[in-house]
Amino acid sequence: MEEKEKILEVSHLKKYFKTGRGTLKAVDDVSFFIRRGETLGIVGESGCGKTTCGRTCIGILGRTDGHVLYKGKDVHSLRGKERKEFTKEVQIIFQDPYSSLDPKMKVGDIIAEGLKAHHMCKSREEEQARVKELLETVGLNAEHATRYVHEFSGGQRQRIGIARALAVEPEFIVCDEPISALDVSIQAQIVNLLIRLQKEKGLTYLFIAHDLAMVKHISDRVAVMYLGNIVEITQASALYANPMHPYTQALLSAIPIPDPEVEEKKQRIRLEGELPSPVDPPEGCRFINRCRFASERCRKERPELLEMEPGHLVACHYCEEMKKGTVG
Amino acid sequence: MEKFLEVKNLRVSYHSYAGEVQSVRGVSFSIDAGQSVAIVGESGCGKSVTAKTIMGLIQTPPGEIKEGSQILFEGRDILSQTPEQWQEYRGKDCAIIFQDALAALNPTMTIGNQVAEKLLIHTSMSRAEAWEEAGRLLKLVGIPNPEKRMKQYPHEFSGGQRQRIMIAIALACQPRLLIADEPTTALDVTIQADIIDLLKDIQKEFGMAVIMITHDLGIVANIAKKIIVMYAGKVVETGSSQDIFYRPRHPYTKALLRAVPRLDTEEEQSLESIEGTPPNMIDPPAGCAFSTRCAQCMRICQKSEPPMFEFEDGHTAQCWLYHPMAAQGNEE
Repeated sequence: MEEKEKILEVSHLKKYFKTGRGTLKAVDDVSFFIRRGETLGIVGESGCGKTTCGRTCIGILGRTDGHVLYKGKDVHSLRGKERKEFTKEVQIIFQDPYSSLDPKMKVGDIIAEGLKAHHMCKSREEEQARVKELLETVGLNAEHATRYVHEFSGGQRQRIGIARALAVEPEFIVCDEPISALDVSIQAQIVNLLIRLQKEKGLTYLFIAHDLAMVKHISDRVAVMYLGNIVEITQASALYANPMHPYTQALLSAIPIPDPEVEEKKQRIRLEGELPSPVDPPEGCRFINRCRFASERCRKERPELLEMEPGHLVACHYCEEMKKGTVG
Repeated sequence: MEKFLEVKNLRVSYHSYAGEVQSVRGVSFSIDAGQSVAIVGESGCGKSVTAKTIMGLIQTPPGEIKEGSQILFEGRDILSQTPEQWQEYRGKDCAIIFQDALAALNPTMTIGNQVAEKLLIHTSMSRAEAWEEAGRLLKLVGIPNPEKRMKQYPHEFSGGQRQRIMIAIALACQPRLLIADEPTTALDVTIQADIIDLLKDIQKEFGMAVIMITHDLGIVANIAKKIIVMYAGKVVETGSSQDIFYRPRHPYTKALLRAVPRLDTEEEQSLESIEGTPPNMIDPPAGCAFSTRCAQCMRICQKSEPPMFEFEDGHTAQCWLYHPMAAQGNEE
């Protein structure tokens, strides 16, 4: 895995929105990378900037500052032919399969739209054959192509959304909460489908979700976001065993485990206070007002994402000092 | 001894242009006083309709509570109550918390007035007493600085706090039964955990019975003593928390437990998905409703409805696999 090239490199990305109450810092100085063929999960609670981050990474939203390099090229300054090539290689699957598919288009036309835009089929017959193939790939039937979206259930609609994204043979897909609108028994279907497609086609995923258990299941590495910052990035397998950032620890302890005896014994770390507004976030560490270990240094100085253990990056002064052995 | 709450053969349908939607098709269960019970199932399985019927919130028409349905609350048949009796029962005997607190609260009333309103209706308190009691309740559910915040409106509170306000309203008049209909579905995990803790504390303190309705098996693991699993308008399995999590009997319950990844394991798990989709409730399949998605489906499952089989004390499942005739060749 280590040898694979970095398909996406994000450095010091910022995305601010102007609002009536001031500047909303949705994504504030975020850096990470994704290697070819891997899945990076981004987790965080609502309003932490994970969706904005995903959308800014693939140029749906403009950036305020920083760079996003896709295969070494700056996403936000691609023009003309290069830009078109980029839209073919990079796709997104949206959270809400009810509002992201056009209700007035037939399913076949929704899927074929990308094929047309990129002139991928020479004839109408070829296009229809491709649509049929795509529908079968995602577990639907060929005859579904002539139906409208309202005739499908949530899980089926999400499959249509996946078929639509796959149509242009992308290499990199942003999955923006693709399962959170679905029932438990359907979630597993979609996740298994995504995992299968990744194996078959060598896809790279940026998987955004708030369900940590599911993110851990599907991802190779996981990034935890809090109020526009990444606070921790690590191997998915290490996250539960060794969470370092106080926020990650609290988040993990809040997740219910479907096992009465484990739940009985579990110690929960309660977070005091409320999530601050991203319009007026705290100066130093973003997590300061809710952190058990907050110190004077945290108030003044924003902690940087540093490597505490190989492949395990944490942005926390306390963890830094723990490592140096000055506290704890 | 009579049961605290007994639901017997409850059947509820909704009339739509497409036909009669059979939301609840013969649900029976009982609850002891002070017990915490969870009803678990996917969307459309009839769990919320069951809860609303207990609370008397089914609008008729389009809804219809079928003849032969019975709900006994402390031995009294509540479905035959007069509107005045319902008014007395709702709020005082039984209270409900909804999923969407913003929609459930009145946006034009201060939250202090919304909590006090219920006390004014159900008790003989004066306005000043009710206001004071409302402040006490808000403090109890963890709203900081209640004197000031009582004068604010619902939009000035966060999602978690709104749910706390809903709980304060439900607690006024100290009901003996509290129904929580997906109380944490719209909330973030850390806030969800806070609300669940609050519900547990409250139950300990007031000793009321709680019916928790949810689609998430995880959150009921440490709150419910008894779990009722519903599928397509029917109860498929009932048992203690231990029974359901460690000894699930119905193929649906087993599949549901295997369909969610666990956070606390290091090894690679493969998720087993339940293929297909829940049946259309306008025309539910004959026999077992889960038969269309069941990996262990037999011929009889598609023909006739499975009877209830009892295992350990109080652990029951409705599945043909446990019929003595089915035992050969179907053992796992």
